[in-house]
Amino acid sequence: MTQLTMIQAITDAMRTELRSDENVLVFGEDVAKNGGVFRATEGLYDEFGEERVFDTPLAESGIGGLALGLALQNYRPVMEIQFFGFVFEAMDSVASQLARLRYRSGGVYHAPVTIRSPFGGGVKTPELHADNLEGLFAQCPGLKVVIPSNPYDAKGLLIAAIRDNDPVVFLEHMKLYRSFREEVPEEAYKIEIGKAKIARAGKDLSIITYGAMVRTALKAADQLKKESIDCEVIDLRTISPLDTDTITASIKKTNHAVVVQEAQKQAGIGAQIIAEINDRALLYLEAPVGRVTAPDSVFPFAAAEDVWLPNEKDIVNKVKETMNF
Amino acid sequence: MNYSGQIENFFPTLRILDSQGHVVNDQKNPEMTNDQLRELMRRMVYTRIWDQRALSLNRQGRLGFYAPVAGQEASMVASEFAMDKKDWLLPSYRDIPQLVWHGLPLYKAFLYSRGHFEGGQYPKELNAVMPQIIIGAQCTQTAGVALGLKKRGKSQVAFCYFGDGATSQGDFYEAMNFAGVYKAPAIFICQNNRFAISVPVEKQTAAETLAQKAAAAGINGIRVDGMDPLAVYAAAKEARDHALAGKGPTLIETLTYRYGPHTMAGDDPTRYRTEELTGEWEKKDPLIRFRLYLEQLGLWSHDDEEQAAEQAKADVAKALKQADGVPKQKVTDLLGNMYEKPTQNIKEQLKEYSTREGDQR
Repeated sequence: MTQLTMIQAITDAMRTELRSDENVLVFGEDVAKNGGVFRATEGLYDEFGEERVFDTPLAESGIGGLALGLALQNYRPVMEIQFFGFVFEAMDSVASQLARLRYRSGGVYHAPVTIRSPFGGGVKTPELHADNLEGLFAQCPGLKVVIPSNPYDAKGLLIAAIRDNDPVVFLEHMKLYRSFREEVPEEAYKIEIGKAKIARAGKDLSIITYGAMVRTALKAADQLKKESIDCEVIDLRTISPLDTDTITASIKKTNHAVVVQEAQKQAGIGAQIIAEINDRALLYLEAPVGRVTAPDSVFPFAAAEDVWLPNEKDIVNKVKETMNF
Repeated sequence: MNYSGQIENFFPTLRILDSQGHVVNDQKNPEMTNDQLRELMRRMVYTRIWDQRALSLNRQGRLGFYAPVAGQEASMVASEFAMDKKDWLLPSYRDIPQLVWHGLPLYKAFLYSRGHFEGGQYPKELNAVMPQIIIGAQCTQTAGVALGLKKRGKSQVAFCYFGDGATSQGDFYEAMNFAGVYKAPAIFICQNNRFAISVPVEKQTAAETLAQKAAAAGINGIRVDGMDPLAVYAAAKEARDHALAGKGPTLIETLTYRYGPHTMAGDDPTRYRTEELTGEWEKKDPLIRFRLYLEQLGLWSHDDEEQAAEQAKADVAKALKQADGVPKQKVTDLLGNMYEKPTQNIKEQLKEYSTREGDQR
């Protein structure tokens, strides 16, 4: 076991898979000699060479098309979109092409493609770099959307994503890349896609969240514990498909829930979770489900991030509001 | 630098047969056996008849989405004729003839036209992707397929088909650029039929030719008379040899014309082009010139023509019957092909739809 940051765990997952499966290819803008703009692919080009780890011309749609074509030749492409804010350039190749290949071919072809991309706010990037676009992809049938909240999960989920026979959008929150270290096993291990984790057990209220907001929610839960509110924190790990069983079981226990997302409110994952709760556990609730999100503006310019992003205080307040309903 | 007026020198139009079937460029005349020449003619006649039948079946409501091909037979069939069975084909929605000649059973093409999912279930031995609807999307995928073939060390290439309109798309440039950088064995065939639905090629680009767009990507570009099957075949063959030699991709612009509407879904070509123009192109018809050429060589007769036409009609009737016999499509069929293993919600929906009245539509 070694202590790794999340980005090191991500590199480690790719290295593990490049070693164990010769069909795995890693490509994107600046991923080869440069090791990626965040160094997520550091050392992979040196170990595996140009055949396996290569730069592409600067064109996101082309990267998506390339991945689909390589998948048709039985490769297992791991493509990088340098910043998720650039993904609109690849929207057709991801949402219309990769996501639909299995469906369009009646199951004859499939796209075992992992679409890795840094996303999320709080690191003061130029505009259109940080963004929370995960909801758009969760709405695309045929895709899975995975968002790890820590180094251990990042490695296990990325290995699972690479081995998955369907396209997986794997979103790496930029703020988590180097914010803390964790014990990460050296060997390969998988964390099942579509399964949430109870990040903190509690009996009074379920906070359901994912990505960087898991850490924020855990801090809020510590705070609330001091005020005698015992929160359970669910780390979804995958936002599509949702682990509705874990969510439902938790609510049946706590009878209260708050959903937390870093993304804007409109048509977000939080709304989908609330709808699932409505379908599956409404009568177990003692209060309406609370929702903490960012406001519905465009993702903010860097100087406004701190006031725009949801924080620990927002969660604490919403939990209290829900408990006191 | 002002290129105006000079482009034609860089991208001259390759023509081997004139409209009367006379060889005008013997030096470039491709080596083909008599059997190959006859087979190419047979396929073009067959395709023309099948296209006519498809139009009428569409009007009767027995076929769905259909994009007519008459006029483009040389461009389509003669280029596919240069492919090896193992080569990969990435077509657009009009390129059904190439798919069929590459090995797609005709009834599958009919199922695709009807919007039945089995129309996309290709036989294992067929190296082809379903027709692309998004203009140009197949181009970037072709770069990927070709790179994959190169990485696997296979002696196979990828053929990609699209129209003049696609050359305005970013994907078209990205694809040539990617394939060029990787020296991937890709053949990009732009069938310039002069109209992207209604917009004439002059309003698509200020470039004098579409072939010249290859120059910016640093790949080979060639312009051919798309009504001349020998020129199309020669260009495709040369591009294939070039790619297999590791020299990278080629863009082929075929100058052609569709006699009919864009699709059978209500397009009226008289709104955007004159009958005179269509008449001029009909005089260049690929079947007429190839028939004249083969007759001169004593390789084609009236009986051959009849036989090819009758075969097409019989095959269409048989394929239609086969398509009619395929079970109706169910919502559960669609849900079942979303993921390798159904997700929780899809599991629930599979259950819901499998017991639902009227699921089969």
